[in-house]
Amino acid sequence: MDHRLAFHDVIPHHHRYLRKTDLESFEHTYKAEITSVYKLTEHENLYRVRIMDSEDRRHFSFQPGQFIMLELPGIGEGPFGISSSPSNHEDIELCIRTVGNLTGVLARAGRGTRVGLRGPFGTSFPMARMHGGNVLLIAGGLGLAPLRSPIAYVQEHRSQFDQVDIIYGTKEPSQLLFTYQYAMWKKDDLGLHVIVEKPDPSWTGAVGLITKVVEDVVAGHDALFIEKTHAIVCGPPIMFKFVCDLLSKKGLPMHKMFVSLERRMHCGMGKCCRCNVGSTYTCLKGPVFDFWTVMNLKEAI
Amino acid sequence: MLFRVFEKSELPALFGLLAEKNTILGPVRKGLDAHGKTLYAYNRVAQFSDLALDYTTTKISGKRFFLPYHEDLATYRLNDRDWTRAVDYHMDRPAVFFGLHACDINALNRLDKVLLLSDYPVPYYAAKRRNIFIIGVNCLPQPSCFCRSMGTDTAMHGFDLFLTDIGGKYFAEILSSEAYHLMKDIRTAEPAEADHELFVRAAAEKNRKFTARVDVTDLCKILDMEFQSPVWDQWGDKCLGCGSCASVCPTCYCYGVEETVDPGLRLARKTRTLYSCTVVDFAEVAGGHNFRPERGTRLKYRYYHKHRGFVEAYEESLCVGCGRCSEACLAGITVPEVIASVRGEEQ
Repeated sequence: MDHRLAFHDVIPHHHRYLRKTDLESFEHTYKAEITSVYKLTEHENLYRVRIMDSEDRRHFSFQPGQFIMLELPGIGEGPFGISSSPSNHEDIELCIRTVGNLTGVLARAGRGTRVGLRGPFGTSFPMARMHGGNVLLIAGGLGLAPLRSPIAYVQEHRSQFDQVDIIYGTKEPSQLLFTYQYAMWKKDDLGLHVIVEKPDPSWTGAVGLITKVVEDVVAGHDALFIEKTHAIVCGPPIMFKFVCDLLSKKGLPMHKMFVSLERRMHCGMGKCCRCNVGSTYTCLKGPVFDFWTVMNLKEAI
Repeated sequence: MLFRVFEKSELPALFGLLAEKNTILGPVRKGLDAHGKTLYAYNRVAQFSDLALDYTTTKISGKRFFLPYHEDLATYRLNDRDWTRAVDYHMDRPAVFFGLHACDINALNRLDKVLLLSDYPVPYYAAKRRNIFIIGVNCLPQPSCFCRSMGTDTAMHGFDLFLTDIGGKYFAEILSSEAYHLMKDIRTAEPAEADHELFVRAAAEKNRKFTARVDVTDLCKILDMEFQSPVWDQWGDKCLGCGSCASVCPTCYCYGVEETVDPGLRLARKTRTLYSCTVVDFAEVAGGHNFRPERGTRLKYRYYHKHRGFVEAYEESLCVGCGRCSEACLAGITVPEVIASVRGEEQ
């Protein structure tokens, strides 16, 4: 394997905002409206929210992998990864599982409800760094929600990438998210490999754990392919640990794999400490980390 | 920094000048504990005679005046599916903190690093910090004090005026223009060589009196090496997970945000409440998964944040060695003992 070190641009195209130093913006909340609620599965909805002020809406921009804080006044506020394309400045899409108090009320709130939106916060998947190479987009379960943003990015910049594979696994077929988009992904020349653990009688696809598909996809390529590959892995810690370990064994360096951690932020701005892993703020240094960093975070997995 | 000396009899005049137009906060006597020792607390001070400048350590730090335990971040008027929002930083006039010890001033300096000097500065804290005039006073170490080990036994900045008792006089360090302006209205003198000697002697006497200590040499690395050490489980078995340590700590700033609706469904509020990482649900996420379900893991996290993570980020520890957590702990867990055990030292 080629051990020539990568060159690092010291002025990366990172997204920076003045908001980070302005005292007044600490509690700044955009007022947004829920414009549609689309039921994806029994437990997950896709919410489209639109910042009401047109000027704010035009200025609001984010990178794939970042999250926002969504607030229902009087009910609560929580962190949610953005599921939509960074180039869409109209509606922000959030894929949310109905699991707690806030999301329970959100599921009943419906179209027209005014919500608060803060952000975007956190790090993002370094898409520009992946230009010119292959990308493995790997999701387990609800991990497809944050992965949908980089998928959209790849679709919109398809010529910048060589081979792109989406590998997606869930427990049951009924839990598959965004099924209506699969045909479009394939048409955009993204390889799609779906696997479930517990098939139902109508299921005709692959059965087993996600690592099986990852192994198959990687096995179809030579060492040269791996050298030009980046991976984005989203899912439960146990899943991304197995997947990343497997990719690592196949020769993919840890700094070329990116994962997104889930924690319960209360502020999103490095103050409340609720999302700390060891002593690292997931909201500031994450949620997107390269796998090397995650392996060096105490108690991350 | 400018130095002046003044007779102790001038202090009431200094107090009077400030108290005339400002709220004064400071140490006051609050009765006796079970052993007959005087209890002290920081409170509003109405008159000079109530001020207990010779106080030992307050049970609870002065944090609440800068970082209240409960604070509304925003309030809402609800109107069907819509709402309007108001934000107030809850500080409408300046105040004077008369008599803060060096450890507590250093604690504020540490809080500044997270809450003021990093990305996303906190206006609620800034409003208080910038509007509270601070007069520090020197102190003598108590049995649980280990500020010397943490390098926080003297304060270099973060106050306006610092007074050191050098016998019949106070040796004053003047840091702000406001403090200088104030000192012009009481009788002070340029410190003589003899006053310098008295100041140095007072510091030396303080140093001799420390009984508790913590060895922080390579502590970051040792904490990393001992991450899987069984001592954490042993301390976890003792820890009650009550959060008392965090509530008395001058530097614990972790919090939770909750929103509540008023029974008439017309008003709502978003409230920040200081929290503790040793409390069971601190790292719980929606759906019920808890990243730190065991008390030992949570206690370990607390030590990692104070003595490793903060050091990594800001080159100094988040613990100022005030010893309040050791005093408050219902299970008798003390910082010097925990750190010594992690270092593998004999108790």
